[in-house]
Amino acid sequence: MFTPGLQEAHHYPGKLIVVEGIDGSGKSTQAQLLQKWLANCGIPVFFTEWNSSPLVRRATKAGKKKNMLTPTTFSLLHATDFADRLTYQIVPPLKAGMVVIADRYAYTAFARDTARGVDARWVREMYSFAVRPDIALYFRVSVDCSLGRLQSARAKIKFYEAGLDLNLSRNLEESFCLFQGRVLSEYDNMSREYDFRVINAELPIDVQQQQVRRIVEREMGEEYLGRYLGRGSIGAAPRPVMEVEAP
Amino acid sequence: MTKPRTFIGRGLPYTNIDGLSGRLIVIEGTDAVGRTTQIELLRSWLEFQGYGVIVTDWTSSPLVASTIDLAKEGHTMNVLTFNLLYATDYADRLEHVIIPALRAGFVVLSDRYIYTALARAMVRGADGQWIRSLFGFALQPDIILYLRADVRTLVRRAMLSNGLDYWESGLDQNPGLDPYDSFIRYQRKLLREYDHLTGEFGFVVVNARHSITTVQANLRRHILPILSDGRKPLGEADQDAALLGPAGQAETGALCRP
Repeated sequence: MFTPGLQEAHHYPGKLIVVEGIDGSGKSTQAQLLQKWLANCGIPVFFTEWNSSPLVRRATKAGKKKNMLTPTTFSLLHATDFADRLTYQIVPPLKAGMVVIADRYAYTAFARDTARGVDARWVREMYSFAVRPDIALYFRVSVDCSLGRLQSARAKIKFYEAGLDLNLSRNLEESFCLFQGRVLSEYDNMSREYDFRVINAELPIDVQQQQVRRIVEREMGEEYLGRYLGRGSIGAAPRPVMEVEAP
Repeated sequence: MTKPRTFIGRGLPYTNIDGLSGRLIVIEGTDAVGRTTQIELLRSWLEFQGYGVIVTDWTSSPLVASTIDLAKEGHTMNVLTFNLLYATDYADRLEHVIIPALRAGFVVLSDRYIYTALARAMVRGADGQWIRSLFGFALQPDIILYLRADVRTLVRRAMLSNGLDYWESGLDQNPGLDPYDSFIRYQRKLLREYDHLTGEFGFVVVNARHSITTVQANLRRHILPILSDGRKPLGEADQDAALLGPAGQAETGALCRP
């Protein structure tokens, strides 16, 4: 029988941690802080980012530039990127017993592509080859808050980020709010289905990071951590200097 | 239209496919079977009768065609990325070429279709349900004409056209074999997969071992009923009429005439 995927635990010696959330939720900042902390603790960490494989970079970039992507080709290109990174960047380090931190994972596709109008089951079946993460951290933030952060961080909201391809509104901000609102509710709906660890992403950065570390420590298990830490708990390791998110 | 247009699987929920008045005719077959030659002849024949014709080729979308070529050269692809890129190529052509053309009443001749991806994926050990679900957004063709020839005929034709290329010979599947032996083994497996698909998707099998003209005549015989849509088939007399001008053209109704 065909399984929709992401249901069964993997059997690799490594650990897969994914961070999810809408644009502007601050998940990348948290992922980087987590990576530094683990690395400082002597744990080998591999970091992989959504939409970064060299295989489809050119096609995605060209398609976005010319606004020629449909919801389906948008979805397929991101799935191709994911499959390529899974093959070369995610499974090998997991087999090597490393921690893999993925900045966005298949759930991003489930949320965004469904918000764009593709069939929810189709996109889940497409990603059925994905490895189920050991920990899925969901950084939950309101659309208003994310919009405010993006506007203060960089000049322009991007075309697809605002869902302008969907003709929800001609106004950029309004379109952004409508589209990201849909994405947000898709994430919320998935929360239970995929066992997300929800973090309030409107809290101060260091407070969120403390929560993240506690979750990771707890979920990764003594056996795995013990391999690297010898005696003492992970909390006893030197703490890196906290970084502040650029305004 | 004889029956309402449908998707093969879960479809494109955001696209309305009512009122696609054109015809989607798929020519399938393995490498070197003569598809392209036959399609060019069909195009001339249809255009001669006044039909608007659009030919769409496998891996020809401006979005990913060059990515697929590059990846084939670099040998970095696996069965997942291969098929996802094929699906992207097809989706791009479906939404930007095939559906608009059908909406405008054209006859779309598709040189290969999703069955090519299915057959190749199965030979490479893909999950059959995964690949079928992936292509579930595909549009159901009006007819799938499968040009079939035995592997000995294919290998000779391949030699006479471009020689044996790495992927056509399936050398990724058979490291250590020489191109000839690999071609035979790989194409034989592909033929077996096509045979499975024939029943599943209702291919019309056309024997491609015959001469070009015989194969062409057989293809036309199968295509005619699709075009005429219950009306009197367009025979020789109609073709003559079409040549003579407006009186003949009035016959075909919905299909686009440039």
